[in-house]
Amino acid sequence: MSGFVDIVFNVNNLAATIRMATPIALAAMGGAFSERSGVVNIGIEGMMLTGAFCGVLGSHLTGNAWLGVLFAIVGGGLVGALLAVFAIRLKADHVVTGVGINILASGATTWQMQVIWKRKGASDLVAGLGTWSVPGLCDVPVLGTILGTHSPLVYISFVLIFLGWVLMFKTPLGLRIRMTGEHPEAADTVGINVHAIQYFCVILSGCLAGLGGAYLSLAQLNWFSKDMSAGRGYMALAACIFGGWNPLGGLGASFLFSFTDAIQMRMQTAQISLAVEIIQMIPYILTILILASAVVRSRPPAALGKHYESGHANK
Amino acid sequence: MYAVRMENITKRFGSVTANEAVDFAAFPGEIHCLLGENGAGKSTLMRILFGLCRADSGLICIDDEPVDISGPRDAISLGIGMVHQHFRLAERLTVEENIIAGCEPSKNGLVDYDGARERILEVSQRYGLTVDPTAVVEDISVGQQQRVEIIKALMRGAKVLILDEPTAVLTPPEVEELFVVMRALRDAGTTIIFITHKLKETMEISDRVTVLRDGRTVGVVNTADATPDSLVEMMVGRSLPIHDSHRVPAKDGIFLQLKDVSVAGKKGSRARLDSVNIAVRGGEILGIAGVDGNGQLELEEVATGLQRPSKGQIIVNGQDVTGSDTRSIRDSGVAYIPSDRLKRGMVDSFSIARNSVLGMHHSAHFSHRGVIKEDVVRRHAENLVDVYDVRSESIDQPIGSLSGGNQQKLVVGRELLRPHSVVVAAQPTRGLDVGATHYIREQILASRNKGKAVLLISAELDEILELSDRIAVIYEGRIVDVRPTNQYTERELGLLMTGQRNGV
Amino acid sequence: MDISGDASNKLSKKNAEWFARPGFARFVYSAAAVVLALLIGAVLIGVSGYSVKEAYYNLFMGAFGGVYSLATTIVMATPLLFTGLAVAFAFQCGLFNVGAEGQLYVGALASAVVPLALEGLPPVLRVIIALLAGAGAGAAVGFLPGYLKAKIGAHEVITTIMLNYIATLLTTFLVKTYFRDPGPVDQTVLLPLGSRLPEIIPGTRVSLGIVIGILAVALLNYVIRRTVLGYEIQAVGQNPHAAEYGGVNVRARMVQAMMISGAVAGLAGSVEAMGTLYRFIPYFSPGYGFTGMAIAVIAGESLWAVIPAAILFGALQSGGQSMQLFAGIPMELMTMVQGLVILFVAAPGMAEMIFRRKSCGKEGGGRA
Repeated sequence: MSGFVDIVFNVNNLAATIRMATPIALAAMGGAFSERSGVVNIGIEGMMLTGAFCGVLGSHLTGNAWLGVLFAIVGGGLVGALLAVFAIRLKADHVVTGVGINILASGATTWQMQVIWKRKGASDLVAGLGTWSVPGLCDVPVLGTILGTHSPLVYISFVLIFLGWVLMFKTPLGLRIRMTGEHPEAADTVGINVHAIQYFCVILSGCLAGLGGAYLSLAQLNWFSKDMSAGRGYMALAACIFGGWNPLGGLGASFLFSFTDAIQMRMQTAQISLAVEIIQMIPYILTILILASAVVRSRPPAALGKHYESGHANK
Repeated sequence: MYAVRMENITKRFGSVTANEAVDFAAFPGEIHCLLGENGAGKSTLMRILFGLCRADSGLICIDDEPVDISGPRDAISLGIGMVHQHFRLAERLTVEENIIAGCEPSKNGLVDYDGARERILEVSQRYGLTVDPTAVVEDISVGQQQRVEIIKALMRGAKVLILDEPTAVLTPPEVEELFVVMRALRDAGTTIIFITHKLKETMEISDRVTVLRDGRTVGVVNTADATPDSLVEMMVGRSLPIHDSHRVPAKDGIFLQLKDVSVAGKKGSRARLDSVNIAVRGGEILGIAGVDGNGQLELEEVATGLQRPSKGQIIVNGQDVTGSDTRSIRDSGVAYIPSDRLKRGMVDSFSIARNSVLGMHHSAHFSHRGVIKEDVVRRHAENLVDVYDVRSESIDQPIGSLSGGNQQKLVVGRELLRPHSVVVAAQPTRGLDVGATHYIREQILASRNKGKAVLLISAELDEILELSDRIAVIYEGRIVDVRPTNQYTERELGLLMTGQRNGV
Repeated sequence: MDISGDASNKLSKKNAEWFARPGFARFVYSAAAVVLALLIGAVLIGVSGYSVKEAYYNLFMGAFGGVYSLATTIVMATPLLFTGLAVAFAFQCGLFNVGAEGQLYVGALASAVVPLALEGLPPVLRVIIALLAGAGAGAAVGFLPGYLKAKIGAHEVITTIMLNYIATLLTTFLVKTYFRDPGPVDQTVLLPLGSRLPEIIPGTRVSLGIVIGILAVALLNYVIRRTVLGYEIQAVGQNPHAAEYGGVNVRARMVQAMMISGAVAGLAGSVEAMGTLYRFIPYFSPGYGFTGMAIAVIAGESLWAVIPAAILFGALQSGGQSMQLFAGIPMELMTMVQGLVILFVAAPGMAEMIFRRKSCGKEGGGRA
């Protein structure tokens, strides 16, 4: 039992928790924006994967990891645009389109990897992002180990998530986004351009998921491998829901996922008998419990998944 | 100078004319009632003014300037605001968020909630519209939600405020509060257009009244010069006594009874049904007269098990079926022609054959051990289509491809062909052409002549008068009077339906 | 206000004409989507410097050119047939079963493990019981989302995705802890001959599974078209208000529909475990559950159409393998084509499905 406690409260685990939460938290925020505007985004998984690939591509072509990050953001955004066009303009069902995008992204990235590097397992190594150490912070005992040294994307993601929270709850645009997802007719009547808001949010979610993907392929590792997002996009969706469609909530929920991930890796090496799978299940069970308990916070935006047709005038 | 002037407005929907050369004008700083029955065209006219609809022809002037209103945004920018019957509020957002969305005050890129709150409180104090800006909309009462809608309109600079049947969901004290607000707005120069069918309120609050009937303007009067009688005469048209061509029906036992039935309103708003007592005998038609929205929907649903009453009993053929599910109530002999055919009465993608057994598909007649007897169903459908003259190509057609009249004939036929002793018929000829209407009314009379107890709910006074043996008037969820048909005059009915008690 | 009565009926007439031959129109549309996706695939192949002719020749031959190819196509199509049917059946009740993936895992585990305890019984009995166990496990997993949706309106897309993870992790855990075949790999004991689904084309891996699948389609089709249960499930899916009016217990039917859907998805796993892998291996599914969604969308309202749709995707897989082997073109191209097919079919296809649904929130008698 003491071995178990050691593992859970190990400082290195907490550092790993912070690190590994980054891609999930970014994608969760993306999901929150998309869904708050009324569009279900199952395709986050594919956007993250595309971002991971584009990041490596960019780094490979330019030799600069930061340009790779830019590629990742753009790549994710383009896939987001694809979802937006199908879901908003063509009125396709959001969920099915998302599934299609995930399948398409998986095939496209693996295929391109083959084309460029002639291998299907993994790409070549590329320039990665390295780590930053925050001066002063990294010398503080305990806290320094947890927060002091991380890939720059981790710090950037904290900032972005905070900014995202401000955007969503404190700015006019955020209010319009939330209005759109709750009551598109009311939004339309008061002059909000419902479709424009939805396009913005879905493309933004693609960019954020893409950035999360860049973390996987340029910060955590320095290469792209087939299907490396490994379901993190779906985890991000769960984190988004668990976090109440709120960027900060999504961050907290992501910690829960990454914490269980970090522990189970530790436990494998330490030969603890409690099964890793049981631990990994916890976040998902918790999400269902939250949904089942009909807590007010856990209800999605009222108009989520619906196609809005403006212009009831001129009839 | 008129604040709003609408000239010669005509609007048609297919073969139905909603507005025919309607003239309407209101001064600045007045409360102007738009009065009329169901289908008179009041809502359509105001939807045109607010840009939700476009007139086929006619002219609109605001402050004597001709304008073109192509959508709500145009209307809002012209100073027109509308509070709909069904509020357009995001329930999970707060009051202030709902009010400022789309025209948010901002400081340094962030929403200036303090500033917004100040302005909201200022408006609310000026006109007596008390709200809590930080409350979440779904937690506040309906009356308060309405105030939010009004503030929303005012803060966007509404000088003309359209209120569509605002008192439909309010309790009497809330109505009084609303009137206080309206007077304050009027005194400050706002034009208020108040759509209603309620005479009492019209007399109490308005300065002038425009009466519409069947899509046309009947008259415009100063309220001070009008009486309830004169208004009803304009609304309803005739003041002739009703011709009595009914034979005296055979009176059997009571087949359907509602005892002291109440249906609570949502969250403290007015009860939808209030201590309703109704008894329908075999061989008679009891017509429920009233303007739509006074509890008719709840009445039909409670009588057929789609809704549970919060108080009272439902008794069918002497058995207390209160709280039973729809299937048991209908199986105990209640045929039901629902008011919303498309939503309730049929599955529009199912074939005619499948629809012909909706509600009976599980019975021993049409199924055996869980398997549907196709041939029995088909024979039934063919018979139905034949007897009730449902114009169609084949019984395998989806019912959605039929015209409204034929769809309704199918629904009526289905219900009248099932074993029953009670018929609940709600709005049975709504939206139908003359031929179908005539046919269905015949069938309802035939049902009565066969000894069934018929509860007829209709917003068409003509229909009630033509078919009913007795008439009960429903107003704000209460039955205000019950008499044999020939003891009513149309004028009395009009008055009762619009809230004047005892026909005085 | 219901002024729009006549206007809406004119609109519904036009729709109804379009739907007069729904099967045919849908088939044409889906075929067009597939052709378009393959065209885009051709462009991608050409742009990457490969020969389109060679590529598509091998694609076709790999899918249909000979007994072995056909067999591979069928083997790959079999699990898809089940998951496609599962999702399509849930659609009939207006429900989205995104949880086919998790349901097939529990079904596979159940069917891989139950026969081991039944060694004494004759093979036929063993197989039947094992299949029932798989279906039952899948139904149990399908129950929860259905119940939550019916009781409190919890969105089944989310609950089923969560259960996917839970089921996948749970089955892996159970294998590692209780049902492990001693050896280097985490897997269950190899099923003895008597506990397997027999091969129906000797020399290939085509098992009885495909026959069971076709029977399942026939059975569920019968249920939908001819039974009270099916009538009510469809009514709930098309117009829950009218179903309620017709005395249907809407909630119960939703739960039952999800359970049946779960059972069929469970069978997808059973058939894989008993007919192809002969054991349970964690994470064996390359996304059968998700591809099943695509198949259900292509099949539309017709359950029979699930069969050609599954064969199509099986063909793309099988042909893709061949294309990779002989023309050197990565199989992932076919994955991309699959994704494109889904996107193209989902667009107006789903809008048309929405057309048929009763939607709330529209004025009067207006149609969606």
